Amino acid sequence: MLIYASKRFGIAVLVAITVSLLSFSLIYLSGDPAMALAGESATQEDIENIRRVYGYDQPLVVQYTNWLTKALVGDFGYSNYMRVNVADIIFARLPTTMTLGGCALLFALVLSIPLGVLAAMRPNTMIDRFALSLAVVGQALPSFWFALILVFWLGITWQVLPITGTASWLNFVMPSVALGYYITPAVMRLTRAGMLEVLTSDYIRTARAKGLRPPVVLFKHALRNAIIPVVALAAVQFGFMLGGSIVIETIFAINGLGYLAWESIQRGDLPMMQAIVLILACFYIVLTFLADMLNAFLDPRIRVG
Amino acid sequence: MSNILEVENLVVDIPVSAGMLHPVQGISFSVGRGETLCIVGESGCGKSLTALSVMDLLPSSASRNADRLILDGEDILGVDERRMSDLRGDRMGMIFQEPMTSLNPAYTIGNQLEEALLRHRNVPRQEARDRAIYLLEKVGITAAASRLRQYPHQLSGGLRQRVMIAMTLMCGPDLIIADEPTTALDVTIQAQILLLLAELQKEFHMGLMLITHDLGIVARVADRVAVMYAGQIVESGTAEKVFGNPSHPYTQGLLDCIPIPGKTKRGAHLGSISGIVPSLVGDLSGCRFHDRCDYATPECTAADVDLKAGESTDHAYRCLLSPAQCAENAKRKVPA
Ligand SMILES: Nc1ncnc2c1ncn2[C@@H]1O[C@H](COP(=O)(O)OP(=O)(O)OP(=O)(O)O)[C@@H](O)[C@H]1O
Ligand SMILES: [Mg+2]
Repeated sequence: MLIYASKRFGIAVLVAITVSLLSFSLIYLSGDPAMALAGESATQEDIENIRRVYGYDQPLVVQYTNWLTKALVGDFGYSNYMRVNVADIIFARLPTTMTLGGCALLFALVLSIPLGVLAAMRPNTMIDRFALSLAVVGQALPSFWFALILVFWLGITWQVLPITGTASWLNFVMPSVALGYYITPAVMRLTRAGMLEVLTSDYIRTARAKGLRPPVVLFKHALRNAIIPVVALAAVQFGFMLGGSIVIETIFAINGLGYLAWESIQRGDLPMMQAIVLILACFYIVLTFLADMLNAFLDPRIRVG
Repeated sequence: MSNILEVENLVVDIPVSAGMLHPVQGISFSVGRGETLCIVGESGCGKSLTALSVMDLLPSSASRNADRLILDGEDILGVDERRMSDLRGDRMGMIFQEPMTSLNPAYTIGNQLEEALLRHRNVPRQEARDRAIYLLEKVGITAAASRLRQYPHQLSGGLRQRVMIAMTLMCGPDLIIADEPTTALDVTIQAQILLLLAELQKEFHMGLMLITHDLGIVARVADRVAVMYAGQIVESGTAEKVFGNPSHPYTQGLLDCIPIPGKTKRGAHLGSISGIVPSLVGDLSGCRFHDRCDYATPECTAADVDLKAGESTDHAYRCLLSPAQCAENAKRKVPA
């Protein structure tokens, strides 16, 4: 287990370094950063000044190391636009986005796993068809459109849920549903396919030959094995959801990381964007690592070599 | 000898795209306490489905019918799934062909062994663990206590099959059904496992229904033999009778396929039965074996052939020829 964990950890670190390189290079993506900072009416002298002050005149390797060592201790520099510490803003907004992502994931899993299990238990029946059509519709529905539908019916027509803000947990209901619904089809289909395969396996027959009761056969013996690939998928999808939260947070005016990203893109606030990309990516890497560990816990063939 | 299991006129039908498949067509047999019944026959003749019928573990598309299905005096033909699951694993256990995949990869050997007992008996876990260790030692596994913490993928196929055997013994069943328990194993351990089963069967005085291809083993362990062909029993009786006086051309063919050390000349052709098993879809009539039989006559296809009692009551065969004719034929065939 320790060997496996340290291998996975090594890979995670490598990916993190790659990601940091990419997000560092973001600064140069839109041309000369000093020129961009100085504005249109600046003289050549102003630009050179800025270049020196911000360290853009140094070799790229030095710039990268400086930037990375600062980033590692949580210093992402100053926002060009807001004139405040980037880290302060990001860490103030992060919990909101995490709450949203967590609720959305919870919603998705609570809906899709039981549905997938039911569909696999009764293949080609009404419940299976219902689940499959839900999946097809879900995959075809863009999340922003689904969010707007929710807003229209639940928020405006029936007025049962608040439309914007983060005042109470009620505010999180619609965004979580809109965000989580998007990943439901994939998780459901994988659960269904996994259960269908596992239910015809020899060890399920063995479990029945032992006289075990159906719930024990289903949950202890079947689901435990069928859920293994779902864990990895859920982790990946959670990452996608953090990206998708840009759209959802904008629609529901939730002051999270996604909304901040959208604002920063509009303002061309490079340090802010850089930091958001880096943090979301690292979050994604940590998540994948955790999913690997959870998988190892679930599947002894991974854990015990 | 009281019978643990009595099966009368068992029929299994499975609807398939080409029509109705009749893999088991009216099979009757019984297994006595402390008795070993061997079922032999070539691939696809319905041996596994017969075994699964007794356990009521047939695929959901299959339908099962019988005149009588009695386990230990209890009619299990019409009982509900709840009662059946009480009997499975407790009064009767089954060992399957594929030891590599028959154990759940996610749980330890110990967990899976203990579970078998805890499901049926209200005993503390420690007692289940002790019984698991005792039985693992019984089936010839060393360092049993430490094996309990291992996972199936850490064991070889032979060990896994031993674990499966121990698992079916957890509740001390009256009947064990072993469906080709060694087909997937190395030749070197096949005999070991089969003899182990036979030994345990004697020691615990259980009924054993053993499905196997290994006629050598059958000759050593069987009290009674049932030879199946295309969904029917074509010959059954005590091992002595069936092996000593094979009265169906198919049985003779099977026996000709075994080389006998010393008797069969080196380099001589091994016997084989030409042709393939007929399709079991749709209406079937006449002797199922006629198109592969050297002695078939037009009469053979005219109507179904019934099981006839042989010279003694504990021998029956399904052929129009008399055993004497059959033996005659067999003798004539040998020099050729
Ligand atoms: N679920 C199923 N659906 C359709 N046909 C089946 C099914 N299970 C078995 N059969 C068919 O029923 C027939 C008998 O199968 P069975 O498994 O009992 O044979 P067997 O004698 O055990 O053979 P083997 O020695 O290969 O294990 C075969 O022709 C097989 O193809
Ligand atoms: Mg079989």
